[in-house]
Amino acid sequence: MVAIDSKVIERKAESILEAPRPKGHRVSRGYRVFQVFNGIILTIVVVVTLYPFVNIVARSFSEEGYIRSGQVNLIPKGFNITTYRIVASDPTFWVNYRNTVVYTVVATVIAMFMTTTYAYVLSKKHLRGRGLLIGLAVFTMFFSGGLIPHYVLITSLGMKNTIWAIVLPNAISVFNLLVMKAFFESLPVELEEAAAVDGMSTYGILWKIVLPLSKAVIATMVLFYAVSFWNSWFSAFLYMDRIDLFPVTVYLRNLIAGATGASQTGGVTSDDVTAAAANIQSVTMVLTTVPILLVYPFIQKYFVSGVMLGAVKG
Amino acid sequence: MSKAVDAARVALNNPRVEMEPAHHTQRAQKRKGHKRSWRLAIRRDWQLYSLIILPLLFFLVFRYLPMLGNVIAFRRFQPGGSVLGETWVGLRYVRLFLNDPTFWKVFTNTLVLGTLTVVVVFPLPIVLALLLNEVRARKLKRLVQSISYLPHFLSVVIVAGMVMQLLSIDGAVNQAVRAVGNDPISFMQLPEWFRTIYVSSEVWQTVGWGTILYLAALTTIDSDLYEAARIDGANRWKQTWHVTLPGIRPTMITLMILNIGTFMAVGFEKILLLYNPLTYPTADVISTYLYRMGIVSNNFSYAAAIGLFEALIGLTLVLTANQISRRTVGTSLW
Repeated sequence: MVAIDSKVIERKAESILEAPRPKGHRVSRGYRVFQVFNGIILTIVVVVTLYPFVNIVARSFSEEGYIRSGQVNLIPKGFNITTYRIVASDPTFWVNYRNTVVYTVVATVIAMFMTTTYAYVLSKKHLRGRGLLIGLAVFTMFFSGGLIPHYVLITSLGMKNTIWAIVLPNAISVFNLLVMKAFFESLPVELEEAAAVDGMSTYGILWKIVLPLSKAVIATMVLFYAVSFWNSWFSAFLYMDRIDLFPVTVYLRNLIAGATGASQTGGVTSDDVTAAAANIQSVTMVLTTVPILLVYPFIQKYFVSGVMLGAVKG
Repeated sequence: MSKAVDAARVALNNPRVEMEPAHHTQRAQKRKGHKRSWRLAIRRDWQLYSLIILPLLFFLVFRYLPMLGNVIAFRRFQPGGSVLGETWVGLRYVRLFLNDPTFWKVFTNTLVLGTLTVVVVFPLPIVLALLLNEVRARKLKRLVQSISYLPHFLSVVIVAGMVMQLLSIDGAVNQAVRAVGNDPISFMQLPEWFRTIYVSSEVWQTVGWGTILYLAALTTIDSDLYEAARIDGANRWKQTWHVTLPGIRPTMITLMILNIGTFMAVGFEKILLLYNPLTYPTADVISTYLYRMGIVSNNFSYAAAIGLFEALIGLTLVLTANQISRRTVGTSLW
């Protein structure tokens, strides 16, 4: 077992992002050639990664006619923001967007509560039945009941068309659970012991001693959960029949699949929609991705350290 | 402070002193002692146990109950009827799908896409990590990393949307096709293109993020090993082969085993978004087939039988991979 503490992990995450390779010896000619090729390959990686983003943004600002005739690539043609206006004037889009925000917040709060409490209990090595409790969670990583029994269960619990169909079945990610458990195990026991002597209850210790020490890991876990709930679509697609309950991912899915467009939801006339489909798809994609792109630079480090926390434990 | 800590240790150890008699009884009357120590554990840690009630309920209801729910694979099930089905039909549904030519078709597709994922998608992050590791310019390295992680954070719906836009008749790829004088290709409608499209989009979305663990493992390799290799006259390539790769082998194997665990479930959501009846011949996999059979066509028992089969193969694969790896290279998940 590797003892870990948050500082070490953070430093490691930092080093992955920053550290130069230990200084080499005399650089050979072959190695210099390799460096050039390496630079070229990595440039290609960057270009290929960014290309679809730029393409979508270019399409979202372009006039339909230019898109249709295959003239829009990386630069918008017939620059306009009409499509943004059309999408933004569809009330369903905003209802669905708001749903995504609500589902994400509620689901993340519940997931954090469930994951933190379970992980904290699992981190107590003296606890009787601990091995069983860990095994119970880990086994579900490799064997699941499957789609059909899940569907039957959720339906028979009457959760269809409720937020609970999205929130409850995904309340604990075992990966996140193991990361938090590893973190709690790395905390010094002395503080908790001292608090126990002072007569503090387990709940008090968790709330007043452990959690304040775990801000870094909590931030990481909140981000992990929030991004996964923000991006999720299948639960909603499966269990929601009403358009006003969809998250924005399902709204987008329906645009892509052409099942229901803005036309059926009363946003714009159907002629506009068939004519502007490619624009509208692009705009919706841009608007759905923007929040993630905006926070991404600030949260990237936390994600990296979160993955590392999990990795150290194995 | 340290006094308080010592006191705390004593206090926390007290229950163990209390437990001593329990151990004695255990020898004499095993079952009674067992019960007794459980009672002691609960008396001592009831607050901890109380914290796990809800999470435990979660696992039992949403993870283990569905496993039991698989009994409908062996019972006739009617939507709206009993959750656990009406009457036993034994292996009827298993026989049905084993004799279903479509099942074997999607089974083959699953194996092909799963294998392609392991062979193509799995090694690329290792290569990229090694390349990144050779970059001297910090800022460049950091930039490449930040950008390549980005697709990981996108919803699969967005990725599918991007794929469709890029590959549409008027999309960027067909612009290139036209530029070299060929007729545009309707990529999303042609079965022969689906595997390429699926694997490429997987690579695009996962290769950057996949490097993190390898880069982490690379930083743990002792630099003395490189020094020693250099003294022995090993060039950069040989150092990579004999020092770097063995250094990240445990990470590679662990990730490989985890990968094999998801082998049977290959990208269900992404395929569901990308495929259509025209591309079924290569795109339809077990999970999408059972989704259509069960949820769309209401053949719950039939679909549950297929799902159970899939899950059991998945479990067997991961257990076998873990066992083989433990025996041969000494790395395992548990």
